Amino acid sequence: MCATCGCGPESHHHHGHDHHHASGKKIVEVEKDILHENNLLAQRNRGFFEGRNILALNLVSSPGSGKTSLLERTLTDMKGELSFAVIEGDQQTTNDADRIHATGTKVTQINTGKGCHLDAHMVLHAVQGMKLEADSVLFIENVGNLVCPAMFDLGEQERVVVISVTEGEDKPLKYPDMFHSSTLCIINKIDLLPYVRFDVEKAKQYARQVNPSLEIIELSCTSGEGMQLWYEWLKSKVLQPA
Amino acid sequence: MHELSIVMSIVQIASKEANRNGASIVDEIELDIGVLSGVEMDSFDFAWQQGVKDSVLHQAIRHVNRVPGKGRCLDCATEFPMQQLYDACPACNSQLVDILSGRELSVKTLLVPDTAS
Ligand SMILES: Nc1nc2c(ncn2[C@@H]2O[C@H](COP(=O)(O)OP(=O)(O)OP(=O)(O)O)[C@@H](O)[C@H]2O)c(=O)[nH]1
Ligand SMILES: [Mg+2]
Ligand SMILES: [Zn+2]
Repeated sequence: MCATCGCGPESHHHHGHDHHHASGKKIVEVEKDILHENNLLAQRNRGFFEGRNILALNLVSSPGSGKTSLLERTLTDMKGELSFAVIEGDQQTTNDADRIHATGTKVTQINTGKGCHLDAHMVLHAVQGMKLEADSVLFIENVGNLVCPAMFDLGEQERVVVISVTEGEDKPLKYPDMFHSSTLCIINKIDLLPYVRFDVEKAKQYARQVNPSLEIIELSCTSGEGMQLWYEWLKSKVLQPA
Repeated sequence: MHELSIVMSIVQIASKEANRNGASIVDEIELDIGVLSGVEMDSFDFAWQQGVKDSVLHQAIRHVNRVPGKGRCLDCATEFPMQQLYDACPACNSQLVDILSGRELSVKTLLVPDTAS
């Protein structure tokens, strides 16, 4: 029995001190957030970005919703207006990084292997090797996955979730964590609306149900429709150089 | 499966704490995993088997407190239980909800051999 409170070795209540038990066991009070390490590193990244006035965006989506296409088009259309750099998270290939490279933009690839999401530690190392310009925009394309990346803060200022009209409009309800933690939702591939059954209003309603403050932009990377709204959003987030 | 990353973070925390207390093994570990934390318990159990191998936790008994979800409506101040992140206020149907609990994800305590005794 514990001398302080009479608890046996099996009880686990808290007293703010370590319990020594006659049974030769002791309870260590830990009280530590499991994501503590990641969150600390994310804060470090965030400080780095803020110090250089870099707008860092974390792009998340299911596989194939159009993250790389969105970047390709943006990097081409906005060339000369803003300066950009890209971190590509991918499990295996360098295909996406090659596509970004072809636009003439600085890009670093992180291969996560079996890992299904980027974390703050990977981004920290990627950034260390990049010589990012001050007053620029850094796009971080996460691994295509609507579940796992949700929990891992990378130090980004904004999280952008992309869905496309070839997916179900109930995505926000199936993956609420991702929509809850994002600030902007892009509904992509609206050029395909005549050919698919996708209720845009319903998708928006579901997204706002999960996150009432979520901004939503509908666009098509292929036809270019709606891209202007995205560019305006982007420019509104870039801080004026001091 | 991000649950494996979660398990690896738990292993890291437990190793550090065990080490600090002169223990090379953890007998029991107590975790808070809220129902709104985004951790899928089946995946977590599976990831646990993989993740704790060859670690201080390899034979640890796990106690998981599934902290229930609780929200407060920002419109009418009703407090209510939540099963999902997007549950609306049952009184006024508002979506503007402050999540009071259920997102916990932490290591509470370890039980380790007492080297002092
Ligand atoms: N019709 C149409 N197709 C699009 C649009 N945007 C992207 N696509 C196509 O969708 C496919 C996937 O696009 P990506 O940009 O590679 O998607 P992603 O999200 O980067 O994919 P992962 O990195 O594998 O997760 C490609 O074949 C694109 O050409 C669009 O607006 N309309
Ligand atoms: Mg891609
Ligand atoms: Zn209410």
